Amino acid sequence: MTADLWTALFIGILAAFVGYEVISRVPVLLHTPLMSGSNFIHGIVLVGGIVVLGLATTPLEEGVGLVAVIMGAMNVTGGYVVTERILAMFDRSKKKGGTP
Amino acid sequence: MTVWQGPTVDAVYVVAILVFILGLRSMSSPTTARRGIVLAGVAMLIAVAVSVLLPGESNFALIALGVIIGGLAGWYWARVVQMTAMPQMVAIFNGMGGGAAGAIAAVELLVALGDHITAGLSLAGAIIGSVSIAGSIIAFLKLQGWLRSKPIVFLGQQPLNLAVLAVGVAFGGYAVYAGLAFWLLPFFVLMVLFGILFALPIGGADMPVVISLFNALTGIAVALDGFALVNGPLGDAGYAMVVAGTLVGAAGSLLTLLMAKAMNRSVGNVLFGAFGATEETGGSIQGSMKPIDADDAAVEMAYANEVIIVPGYGMAVAQAQQKVKELADLLESKGVAVKYAIHPVAGRMPGHMNVLLAEAGISYDKLFDRDEINSEFPNADVALVIGANDVVNPAAHRQGSALFGMPILDVEQAHNVIVIKRGQGKGFAGIENDLFYKDNTRMLYGDAQVAVGQLVTALKKS
Repeated sequence: MTADLWTALFIGILAAFVGYEVISRVPVLLHTPLMSGSNFIHGIVLVGGIVVLGLATTPLEEGVGLVAVIMGAMNVTGGYVVTERILAMFDRSKKKGGTP
Repeated sequence: MTVWQGPTVDAVYVVAILVFILGLRSMSSPTTARRGIVLAGVAMLIAVAVSVLLPGESNFALIALGVIIGGLAGWYWARVVQMTAMPQMVAIFNGMGGGAAGAIAAVELLVALGDHITAGLSLAGAIIGSVSIAGSIIAFLKLQGWLRSKPIVFLGQQPLNLAVLAVGVAFGGYAVYAGLAFWLLPFFVLMVLFGILFALPIGGADMPVVISLFNALTGIAVALDGFALVNGPLGDAGYAMVVAGTLVGAAGSLLTLLMAKAMNRSVGNVLFGAFGATEETGGSIQGSMKPIDADDAAVEMAYANEVIIVPGYGMAVAQAQQKVKELADLLESKGVAVKYAIHPVAGRMPGHMNVLLAEAGISYDKLFDRDEINSEFPNADVALVIGANDVVNPAAHRQGSALFGMPILDVEQAHNVIVIKRGQGKGFAGIENDLFYKDNTRMLYGDAQVAVGQLVTALKKS
């Protein structure tokens, strides 16, 4: 294994604990936006899609890479919009206080 | 040119990761959550934009085409969809992420089949990504109602699933071992097939667990792709994927465990138990179901001091949340205290009821967790159950019941219980609900939206 891979492994372990710590504070109330927000964050897969498509040389690699970019873009925009829509509702209910 | 670009892109990734973590952290409070996700969105936009600056890249037209097609489709779909359809939206966008991870792994396998470490990591990413997209699509079809939401079971199902997985992985392993790309084709076909078979026996009410599990799986697949990319020529993007993917993997795993715990079942039982496939027969419940009409129910509530509303999936199906708000406002104008009791697995995704009630404009100060509200039921004059069943079934306290041990809302302790229910059928678990037969329980039959509407009309008259 290369040094880079070991570094990535160290980072990955730390990230797992950060994820656990950060999430364990989220109240039940916000479980849906938490899920769809983390759904949006793994949309970083689009970056990977862009890199492999950018480096692709054969038509097959380009075709599969294009699929990766399309799906990744759907993941990231869809995940963002859904999360934002949900959180906007919680925002409004706070401001109006819920009761007329 | 490339001298400044590499470090710049890296710096952007570092900042983006920091903002992602802060964004998730901001979700610990509803007042900061929205700002957090908007910041994370900006960070993501910049991270994606600079990714085309990395040295050695080409195919820019294809990249732009893919981003535009996928981006517009995702944006449009997420904008127009109804709030009640949120669970299936979350499932499908998560599936897209899994598919992207699988496709990236496929390209990596084609490029670096000879490099056993990269290929091995990509293979793992491909397995989890393929299972995630196929399983998420099945979950989407079930939630959308295009596929039977009851568990789909047949004889020898688990051995078959295991065989498909084993043979598929063997094809993939052979492709890497022998350096023959052709064998990747049956590998991917069987992995997608396994994902479908894996999700088929999981029923609708178990979806909160399944959706968060697939979310975690996609995160892990993204992280594995990241590890494979770190080993390649443009490792910078790989690190970002490792961190973001692992973050989501950990978060999703935790949420999955929480959801399973809320049902007092192991994740394994949820995934492989085909819960609700069989109906319990010959129950030994004493008494009968006693109906009530809307006028009497309205009077009962109007003269109450405190009413606790217990929403369930039936409210979501009937889209009755606006009517519920109307009812609560009317009751409050008559001096009745109204609270909402939310079970963690009510509905089809974690937090489902909270989202629907927030959509109706109900303040989250009135929504209470199971732990917070259970001691309150004995003080409540009326508990109004709207389309919830298994989460209020006292059978959970009875040894030997399939629900035994599941933490429930102790609705039966309220002075009076009114249950709005479409018919006399059983809940998802296929178990008779003792609650419906209690002396203090009355049944108000009808679609949740119609029934709550009748209550509103009756209250206005009185």
